[in-house]
Amino acid sequence: MALFGTRVPLTALFGAAVMALFILLAIFGPWITPYPPDATVGKTWTGPSAEFWLGTDNIGRDILSRIIAGAQTTIGIALVTTVLSFTLGVSAGIFASVGGQWLDNLMSRVVDMFLSVPVLIMALIVLTALGSSIPTLILTIAFLDSTRVFLVARAVAVDVAARDFLDVARLRGERMPWIMFHEILPNAMPPLISEFGLRFCFNFLYVASLSFLGLGVQPPQADWGGMVRENGQAIAFGILAPIWPALAIALVTVAVNLVVDWLLSRNVKPSGASAEL
Amino acid sequence: MKRYVATRLLLGLVTLFCVTVLVFVATNMLPGDAATEILGRGATPETVARFRAQLGLDDPLVLRYGKWIWGLLHGDLGQSLTTQASINDTIWPRLWSTLRLAGLTALVSVPLAIGLGVLSAAREGSFLDRALAMAALTAISFPEFFTAYLLILVFSVKLNLLPNLSTIFPEMTFLEALRAMVLPVMALSCLVTAHMMRMTRTSILSVMSQPYIEMAFLKGVPRAAVITRHALPNAAAPIIAVVAMNLAYLVVGIVVIEVVFVYPGLGQYMVDAVGKRDIPVVQACGVFFALAFIGLNLISDVLAVLVNPRLRRRTGG
Repeated sequence: MALFGTRVPLTALFGAAVMALFILLAIFGPWITPYPPDATVGKTWTGPSAEFWLGTDNIGRDILSRIIAGAQTTIGIALVTTVLSFTLGVSAGIFASVGGQWLDNLMSRVVDMFLSVPVLIMALIVLTALGSSIPTLILTIAFLDSTRVFLVARAVAVDVAARDFLDVARLRGERMPWIMFHEILPNAMPPLISEFGLRFCFNFLYVASLSFLGLGVQPPQADWGGMVRENGQAIAFGILAPIWPALAIALVTVAVNLVVDWLLSRNVKPSGASAEL
Repeated sequence: MKRYVATRLLLGLVTLFCVTVLVFVATNMLPGDAATEILGRGATPETVARFRAQLGLDDPLVLRYGKWIWGLLHGDLGQSLTTQASINDTIWPRLWSTLRLAGLTALVSVPLAIGLGVLSAAREGSFLDRALAMAALTAISFPEFFTAYLLILVFSVKLNLLPNLSTIFPEMTFLEALRAMVLPVMALSCLVTAHMMRMTRTSILSVMSQPYIEMAFLKGVPRAAVITRHALPNAAAPIIAVVAMNLAYLVVGIVVIEVVFVYPGLGQYMVDAVGKRDIPVVQACGVFFALAFIGLNLISDVLAVLVNPRLRRRTGG
């Protein structure tokens, strides 16, 4: 299939279709659940049936309804986190590229410090102190993730900042915010878009993992990671209850990754055969 | 060379010091009063006062950090808030279990990843190569618990070959304990193998495009020999770096996997402590995880320079 004059590979189309499906679920979820997501409507851990397509969970709630309702929480939190992390990371990265040597060094060293602790471990440490609620979860992950975004944004921005039109803008007497957001940002955009997809995947998995560990979204709110946790023990009896929400998480990350892969290979193409690097 | 290793080691120590500060500040940045916040609104003033004294909350932050780091340097990790037990007694056996799990995973995944990576590069563009690429992409995108539950479903429930939990008791024989660890090792290996394999493939292919490889082909060296004798040694540096980097990633994967399989390791200890807001335990575990992460990154850097003489000149050592 061709789009904007380029052939889109089947894998990317599949990814985009799955993404669209889940976005629709996240938006319209609350209106299309077959059962109320928080109500006990059947027996504990029944298998898939005509009545409950994916079976029921540990306290007899319909799993399909909870997955549909949980899409909003799980995808929403990851999306808000990534937007926040990007706003913070990209602004800081661009600021470092134009703010002078000293500031650049300082910011880079601080970021290096954060890079030497894995995000999930640091998030666990922070959540111990702050306790877990959705706002703290979002702010914590967004802040930690923004240190990773900073690295990429700074690298791209430094490259842009060295070009001639920036000297022209400075000579014209433009102020710092103008230079940052009207000169550098638009030129740094293409690599940052695929980075956004990648960071979304990471954040999505962090939030899901933390909820799975019981330290993210708290019950009874429907959330995929939490659903895996609630139904984890069922797996020993061969009941698929924890597999469905985990599969939903896996599908979203695979879909986003497929699209990002295609975007990346498009970005790299003009420079030659180094699509892999 | 020695100078480079020494500088890198010193830098690692500085980083570690900064990270202890970070961990300490992060666990102490509660808005308002930590004691009432953690104990809840219902706590009596006496309990709060005792709790404050135990945490040393009446001292200034710098003094508390000093005491904590002094204890840490002398091998005293402090006391758990919930069980009142010394953290030292609990943490060491758990650290060993975690290291055993990580070590076994490394033993399985590193040869597997390099083997598959070489194979993939040797048959670039073939069906096998594309199938491996697809498998790697899915394995990387799957959350740890999904891979783990799928493995439990297949090997424990359907085939009834392996236990679904990896609780290890002291009275278990070595073989029994090993059998209990098979599934977590498999789950972790899936995660780290995929990325290592892709990077191995990439490193070899980037070497393969160089003129001296073309020369080797032109003088009639068979493809397999070109890869093993000519390309692999030059691709070794990035491969080693990526292996160490991915083993560092194990640090994160292991936390989730230990919880799935109820494996008595450091990760589960930490997650339990976070749930109970047991600050000293979380601090201790956090420092250990950071130590492992920084250590592996350091090893990756040093090995990369050791293997590739060309990097030495650039670093001035």
